Amino acid sequence: MWLFILRRVASTVPVMLIVAVVIFAMLRLTPGDPAVVIAGDQATAEQITRIRASLGLDLPIHEQFITWIVHILHGDLGTSIFTNMPVSTLIGQRLEPTLMLTLTTVIFSVSVAVPLGVWAAWRAGSWTDRLIMMFSVLGFSFPVFVLGYLLIYQFGLTLKWLPTQGYKSPFTDPLGFASTIVMPTITLGMIYIALVTRITRASVLEVLGEDYIRTARAKGQIERKVLFRHALKNAAVPIATIIGIGIALLIGGAVVTETVFNIPGLGRLVVDAILRRDYPIIQGLILVFSFTYIIINMLIDIAYTMLDPRIRY
Amino acid sequence: MTEASTHPVLDIRHLSVALPGTGDRTHAVIDLSLTIQPGEIVCVVGESGSGKSVTAQAIMGLLPKGQLVAERGTIALQGEDVLQASPDRLRELRGTRMAMIFQEPMTALNPVLTVGDQIAEMLAIHTDLSSSEQRERVLEMMRAVHLPDVERMIDCYPHQLSGGQRQRIMIAQALILDPALLIADEPTTALDVTTQAQILKLIKEMQERRGTGVLFITHDFGVVADIADRVVVMQHGNLVESGTRDEVLLAPKMPYTQMLIASVPSLVPPHREPVSGPVALQTVNLGKTYQGTGGFLDKQRIVKAADAVNFSLRRGETLGVVGESGSGKSTVARCIARLIDPSEGQILLDGLDIAHLPEKMLRPHRRHVQVIFQDPFRSLNPRRTVGQSIIEGPMNFGLSEHEAILRARDLMGLVGLSPDALSRFPHQFSGGQRQRISIARALAMQPHVLIADEAVSALDVSVQAQVLALLDDVRKRFDLALLFITHDLRVAAQICDRIMVMQKGKVVEEGPTRTLFANPQHAYTKALFDAAPGHDFSSQQSKQT
Repeated sequence: MWLFILRRVASTVPVMLIVAVVIFAMLRLTPGDPAVVIAGDQATAEQITRIRASLGLDLPIHEQFITWIVHILHGDLGTSIFTNMPVSTLIGQRLEPTLMLTLTTVIFSVSVAVPLGVWAAWRAGSWTDRLIMMFSVLGFSFPVFVLGYLLIYQFGLTLKWLPTQGYKSPFTDPLGFASTIVMPTITLGMIYIALVTRITRASVLEVLGEDYIRTARAKGQIERKVLFRHALKNAAVPIATIIGIGIALLIGGAVVTETVFNIPGLGRLVVDAILRRDYPIIQGLILVFSFTYIIINMLIDIAYTMLDPRIRY
Repeated sequence: MTEASTHPVLDIRHLSVALPGTGDRTHAVIDLSLTIQPGEIVCVVGESGSGKSVTAQAIMGLLPKGQLVAERGTIALQGEDVLQASPDRLRELRGTRMAMIFQEPMTALNPVLTVGDQIAEMLAIHTDLSSSEQRERVLEMMRAVHLPDVERMIDCYPHQLSGGQRQRIMIAQALILDPALLIADEPTTALDVTTQAQILKLIKEMQERRGTGVLFITHDFGVVADIADRVVVMQHGNLVESGTRDEVLLAPKMPYTQMLIASVPSLVPPHREPVSGPVALQTVNLGKTYQGTGGFLDKQRIVKAADAVNFSLRRGETLGVVGESGSGKSTVARCIARLIDPSEGQILLDGLDIAHLPEKMLRPHRRHVQVIFQDPFRSLNPRRTVGQSIIEGPMNFGLSEHEAILRARDLMGLVGLSPDALSRFPHQFSGGQRQRISIARALAMQPHVLIADEAVSALDVSVQAQVLALLDDVRKRFDLALLFITHDLRVAAQICDRIMVMQKGKVVEEGPTRTLFANPQHAYTKALFDAAPGHDFSSQQSKQT
C-alpha cells in the first residue's frame, strides 16, 4: 500500500516536468514578443533589446528553460509585467478564496448529491426517482450566472439575509465567511450536484443487481445498510472519478462565480491577466492549475485503491 | 426449541408464485408442497425455468419486488408462516432461523469488505456481541469449515481466496447463527470437481453435526446421488415427482424424471473404434507464458498457462481436453485458434506451422479452425440477426451473399432449426437453440478443426444430450477433427475417442477414453475421477443399460 502511494507520487514528477515543458514552449512559440508588448508602442529597437536582455529572452532556448525551471523550484514564478509584483505573491494572495470556495462546494455538493443519487437508485422508476432526475437535468441546464443573480436578488436584495458580494477569510472572520460563501457555494455547486447525482444513481443501480446485495438481504440486513455499507462502497469508484473531474471543472466554474459575487480569487486573477496580456502571471497560473490537476488525479488513483481492494497498480 | 421441534423445519403447502403478466407462463411455481424435517437434506432437481430458485427466494422472502408474488399457499418455517411475516420479522428470521448460500461464490461475497467483516455482519445484525467477541466467534466458525490459517484469512478480501475457500466463507456465514434451515442454491455448480466434492462433504458434515434441515437446489444428478435424503423433481413450476433418493434415482415413475435421468451421461465410456484418418492438427511443445506488466519499481510475475503441450488430432476424431479451472485447457484452445499468440512451440494445421504466422498470412487458414464457446448467451452478437452472424464468415472468404445464405439455410436444417429462423435475433432463442446456431455458424466456414470450448457446460442436461449428439453427428458427417474441452468427466466419457488430462498448464496423462477411465495412471487423474459426483449412481446406470 505505502509502496504504491510512494510509486504513484514519484510517477507525478515526470508528468509535471512534461507539463512544464509544454507551458514553456507554448508561450515561446506563440506569435508576438513579450518584450515588444512590455515596451509599448513607442519603443525603439534598442529599448526592446534591453528589455529582452533583462527578461533573459536573448539567451539560447534551453538555457532559458533551465533558468525558468530553477526559478520555479525556488518558488519564483517570475514578476508580473503589469504590477511589477512577484507572481507567486499575487497567486498566494488569491489562492485562499478560490481554495475555500472549491472546498465548500465539494463538501456541499457531495453531501447532497450522493444520498440523492442512492435514494434515486433505490427507488428507481418511482416518482421520487423521476423528481430527482428532473432536478438533475435542471441543474445541468441552468446557467451559473443566472442562478447566481437569482440568488442575489432573492436572498441579498429582497430578503436581505445575506451579503451580495465579497469574501471574508474563515481564519479572521468565521461568521462573515459563512455568510459570504453560502450563495457562491450553492451557485457553483448546482451543476456539480446534478452531475454527481446522476453518476451515483447509475453506479448504485448497477451494483444493486449484484449477487452480494442479495446475500446482504439474505443475512437480514436492514435496507439502509444494504444501500450504504454494501452498495455505495462498491459503486464508489466511478463516483470518485467524477468528483475528481468535477473539481477540475470547478476551477473553471469559479471564474464566473467569482465574477458574479465579486470574490477576489484566482478566477478573477486569470481574467485580469489575460485581458492585460500579463504573460508571467498567465504562465504561473497555468502551471499552478496543471499541477493541481496532476495532484487531484494522483489523489483519485490513491482513493481507488482504498475504495476497492482489488485495484492494485 | 421445544415449540419448534414439534414442527418440521420447513413445510410448504400449495405454494403458487405468479409471474408478471407479459410472459408465456402465468406462474413460476404452481401448487407446490414439500416438507423438510430436522437433519434432512432435500434436493430439488430441475432444469432452468423449473421454478426451483424462485421457490428458494419465496422462502427467504427475497422475491424481486413487483415482479414475482407469492399468490397462494403457506411457507411454514418451524410452524411460522413466512409469507405472513412483517418485513421486520422476516429480517429477524433471515440468518437466525434460515440462511442461504448461492451458486457463485465469486459474486455472492461483497468484493470491498473483508471476509471476516462479512461473517461478523451476521452477528452484528442479530446479536449484541462486542466486536472482539464477534471476531472470536468468526474465527471459531472459520475453523469449523476447515479453512486454513484463519487468523490471516479473516482479514482477506474475497478476491484473495480461491472459489472453494469463498464457498466455505459463505457456508460459515450462513451457519454461524445455527439456523434451522439452510437453503443451498446450486452451491457447487461453479466449482471444480475436486472442490465440489469437498464442499459437498462439508455441507453434509455441518448439517449432521448441527441437525440443520437443508433444501439443496441442483440440476446435477451426480450431486443428488451423493447428498440427498429425499428428492423433489420440478418442471415448469410443477412438482413432477418426489420420494427418497433411491426411489427417484433408481425407479423413477414419471416420464420426465426418466428422461432427465437417462440424459445424464454415464461415467462408463462406450466402445469406440480407433480413428485412422489423416492428422489434421498437431502441436509440438506448445507453450503460452503470461508476464504481469510489473512496471515501475515492481517485480514481474510469470505464469506458464500452457507448458510444452504435445498432441495430435486426426480427421474424424474427438480429443477431449479435461482439467479444472486454471489447468490451461482454454489457453491451448485459444492458441490453436490463434485468438491469442503462443509464446513457443509449433501448431501444425494440415502440416503447416501456423503458430507464429503473421496475421496477413494467417488469414486464409483461419477458416479451417472454428470455435464454439461456452456461453451461447454472450457469443452471438445480440444486435445482428442469426443469418447475419452465420453468413459473415463465409462472405469474408469470398462467398457471395446469395451462396452464403443458401449454405446458412442448409446448415440451419442440419442443426435442427428452421431455415426461416435466420431472420430472427439471438434473444428469441433458448440456450440450446443458440448453441445449435453457434454450431451452424462454425460449420458455415467448412473448417477442418472444430474446437468446442465447454460448449455444453451451460446447458440443461436434456438439452446437453441433444447438443452432444449433434456435435458427434457433424463430426462424422464432415469428417471434422473435434477438440472437445470440458471439465465434465461424464460428458468427456461419452463423446471423446481420446482424452488428455491437463493440470497447471501441463499434460499429465493422455490415452484412449476407455483405457483412461478404466485405469488412470497419474495421481491427479485418479483424484479427478474420485471427485466426480455420483459414483454409485453411475454404476447403477450402467447396470440398467
